[in-house]
Amino acid sequence: MPDLAPAMTEILLICVAMALLMLGAFRGEEPGASRLVTPLAVMALVIGLFILLVGEKSESLAFEGQFVQDAFAIYLKILILAGAAACLLLTPAFLQRERIERFEYPVLALFSTVGMLLMVSANSLVALYLALELQSLPLYVMTAFHRDQTRSTEAGLKYFVLGALASGLLLYGCSLVYGFTGTLSFEGLASALAPAADGTRTISTGVLIGLVFIAAGLAFKLAAVPFHMWTPDVYEGAPTPVTAFLAAAPKVAAMGLTLRVFYQPFGAWAPEWQQILVFISIASMLLGAFAAIGQSNIKRLLAYSAIGHIGYALVGFAAGTQQGVHGVLVYLAIYLIMTVGTFACVLVMRRKGQAVEQIEDLAGLANHQPMLAAAIAIFMFSLAGIPPLAGFFGKLYVFMAAVQANLVPLAVIGVLASVVGAYYYLRIVKLMYFDESSQVLDRPIGREFSIILGAAAIFNLVFCLAPSWLLGQAQRAAAALLT
Amino acid sequence: MSEWPLLSLVIFLPLAGAGFIMLIRGEPAVVNQNARSVALWTASITFLLSLLIWVDFDPSRSDFQLVERAEWFTGFNINYHVGVDGISLFLVLLSTLTTLICILVSWESIQVRVKEYMVAFLVMETFMVGVFCALDIVLFYLFFEGILIPMFLIIGIWGGPRRIYSAFKFFLYTLLGSVLFLIAILAMYLQTGTTDIPSLMAAEFTPEMQIWLWLAMFASFAVKVPMWPFHTWLPDAHVEAPTAGSVVLAGVLLKLGGYGFLRFSLPMLPDASAYFTPFIYTLSIVAVIYTSLVALMQTDMKKLIAYSSVAHMGIVTIGIFTLNPLGIQGSIIQMLSHGLVSAALFMCVGVVYDRIHSREIASYGGLAERMPLYATTFMLFMLASVGLPATSGFVGEIMVLIGVFQVNSWVALFAASGMVLGAAYMLWLYRRVIFGALTKDSLARLGDLRPHEMAAFAPLVLLVLLMGLWPTLFLDPMAASVDHLLTQAQQTPVSQFAGR
Repeated sequence: MPDLAPAMTEILLICVAMALLMLGAFRGEEPGASRLVTPLAVMALVIGLFILLVGEKSESLAFEGQFVQDAFAIYLKILILAGAAACLLLTPAFLQRERIERFEYPVLALFSTVGMLLMVSANSLVALYLALELQSLPLYVMTAFHRDQTRSTEAGLKYFVLGALASGLLLYGCSLVYGFTGTLSFEGLASALAPAADGTRTISTGVLIGLVFIAAGLAFKLAAVPFHMWTPDVYEGAPTPVTAFLAAAPKVAAMGLTLRVFYQPFGAWAPEWQQILVFISIASMLLGAFAAIGQSNIKRLLAYSAIGHIGYALVGFAAGTQQGVHGVLVYLAIYLIMTVGTFACVLVMRRKGQAVEQIEDLAGLANHQPMLAAAIAIFMFSLAGIPPLAGFFGKLYVFMAAVQANLVPLAVIGVLASVVGAYYYLRIVKLMYFDESSQVLDRPIGREFSIILGAAAIFNLVFCLAPSWLLGQAQRAAAALLT
Repeated sequence: MSEWPLLSLVIFLPLAGAGFIMLIRGEPAVVNQNARSVALWTASITFLLSLLIWVDFDPSRSDFQLVERAEWFTGFNINYHVGVDGISLFLVLLSTLTTLICILVSWESIQVRVKEYMVAFLVMETFMVGVFCALDIVLFYLFFEGILIPMFLIIGIWGGPRRIYSAFKFFLYTLLGSVLFLIAILAMYLQTGTTDIPSLMAAEFTPEMQIWLWLAMFASFAVKVPMWPFHTWLPDAHVEAPTAGSVVLAGVLLKLGGYGFLRFSLPMLPDASAYFTPFIYTLSIVAVIYTSLVALMQTDMKKLIAYSSVAHMGIVTIGIFTLNPLGIQGSIIQMLSHGLVSAALFMCVGVVYDRIHSREIASYGGLAERMPLYATTFMLFMLASVGLPATSGFVGEIMVLIGVFQVNSWVALFAASGMVLGAAYMLWLYRRVIFGALTKDSLARLGDLRPHEMAAFAPLVLLVLLMGLWPTLFLDPMAASVDHLLTQAQQTPVSQFAGR
């Protein structure tokens, strides 16, 4: 009897997902099915979260060493589950209004979430690929969920084709690495690639090319430049709750997976992959900052903003140190909360029942709905990284790691990009506060939105008062990755 | 007496007041009135509490006093650490006084979104007091940049016709400067392992590193001061901001740059500061002469005063880098004096702007006839700005000039010539606005100062005269701290720089 305890959460969620699939299938097409399945799915995610919170924190393996549970994985899984649960909670109201209420949605979201959990626990190249596909396939379907809308199906198809290409690159990279080292497990790779006893490293060209392919595949999942092309179209075309889902948890999972691959099996090759990451990071920050300026659709704007934020997180990544990982982990937690809050705001943007997506639609919001406008303003200043809001501390730690790793130019480019980026966040604040408009957005906004919005806004405001808890958790998680 | 956390109380009381105002609900007119009252009470109590800091302050000590510490970032050695010394003491008082005056000034002139307005000012007060009290460089940065948010909203929501352009320019310009400062903070933290300001003052950096750190800090402080050629955001921000916004901008925010030089550049990077002194002198002299000439040509009253601010702050930066007690004390007095005087001058513009809604000098003339009290008040502040003896402006300028004369007589000569120009544009402004015949119909039925305007001017009049007649009252508490600063600013042997 193998020990399955480390994978309790994943097993629970996959069972629940299949049970819900059966339940939905038997209840048929009636809209009641979705209204039953969604709360159950959220509940399962919350239970999974509690299992992780109370469970064993020390490192343990399962499934013949394919699956690893450690403090690093648990930290990211808690973020993923919280993000997925919050996004799922915001979904039913939207689906109901758009008349696409089908029970498959929460089930797909659950499957994708399980994929994300497995990603951060993957401990071999095969587990990595399977987890990544389990996460991606439901997302393609969810993107095209509004199947009567050309925009949505187009986005789904685009995402699928490009995603499949990226998976192919990744898989090719994995096969190269396997062919040149003869092992798939991360431990095996780490020892195969480790420097010899006298400290000299032999860089095999085959493995190096494999590493580049793997990096390209993972950069696609992260939406980092130059593999970001799909992001604006998919963000804009997907139904808004899917965009929210896409922007939050999968980014955390992909970053977790990338961190594990680069720091554990390829840890000894840090000087090689550092060059790639420094470039990707700079390119993402600059593109995110400049390309967002011209956007008028808020979902497209947030897509470019997400590209930029991944760039900032990669600043810490590129440092290649424990401080760097710590910075990335803190950044991810804060980014997740800012993103969920921001998309909750986008989801309540409706006029006479119709969803509106232009940033001009926010004009004069401060007069009509001061609380909502204040919340959006908090998120915008936080995304821009202005102290004392939480977003500042995320940036602080990644830049600190970069300066420490002697990557001062990278940090300087990062802070300059953040000044450029501040412009478009301020533009939204300007529309809400400085401009007038006779048109108003619909209200009330719904209780679940108020709660999530309010909680996220308060977190951003008061994070500066008690940052130690989150920092401590991230510290432990980072230490677990590098031992 | 100092058992209870006096400084934290002064820092966070306004924030609590702001939170309270946000909870006010009801009829718009009632809400507005209540918001004003709560803001006035909060600002008044904060000001009185800040006076207690002066009472508790021991002028014979040179170290930080009323110090409070609390753990903040566990495991990173970044702590909540506040305290005041002779340099920051009066800047704290200036902040609390300025906020109180701002609320009085806005009593009638602000009629839309009064609640949000008062919240913005009280939040700003927290940041302003915090920035002068902070003894941890990360905490300092937090307050330093946090100020941008309320100020951006104040200019953008309640400002003039080109308010959006000005708000963006202000925000992005100052942000661009301060992010480089953040990199410097990180570099210093990583080298010394601490962000504690007193410990960083004792730390030593290699000359090479000092140069880089100094330049990064300079980017931030030079924009804030503002020094020529980084001053272009200031005229725009001043012109478009509501009166109280200009008051707080001129009164307190411009002091952040000077304070930054005194608190960070001089004691932490003494070698680089000495190395760059000629550079600072050059920029300051250009600022003093060039912006005075520009001010002479302005047709907009607020713009004229904005340019005069740049010129006056040029005197401050010269004083700071004289590196002798007279110059530095003079520059602190000049900062305080400029805070009071330029705030008052913006209020003088605001008084007539509220009545006529024009800032053009040409729209006025002969106001002395209808507004004698106003004319007298304006005259006092105009003369203080010019540096007439018996006003605060004179004390600061003469001390800086004597201080710099000991170091470099050419710099003193140019700085003094700037003061002559200053007299020219201010007196000319005064003549065109106040004297002459009252020919314009729009001015025929102007009323004199109202009670709340008098209440706002009264403390400024009093302080400008007090500082001019009894400067030792202010100089004594800062003497020990300035001497201490100068010992810290002692360079390591200059020979290391000789090769450059």
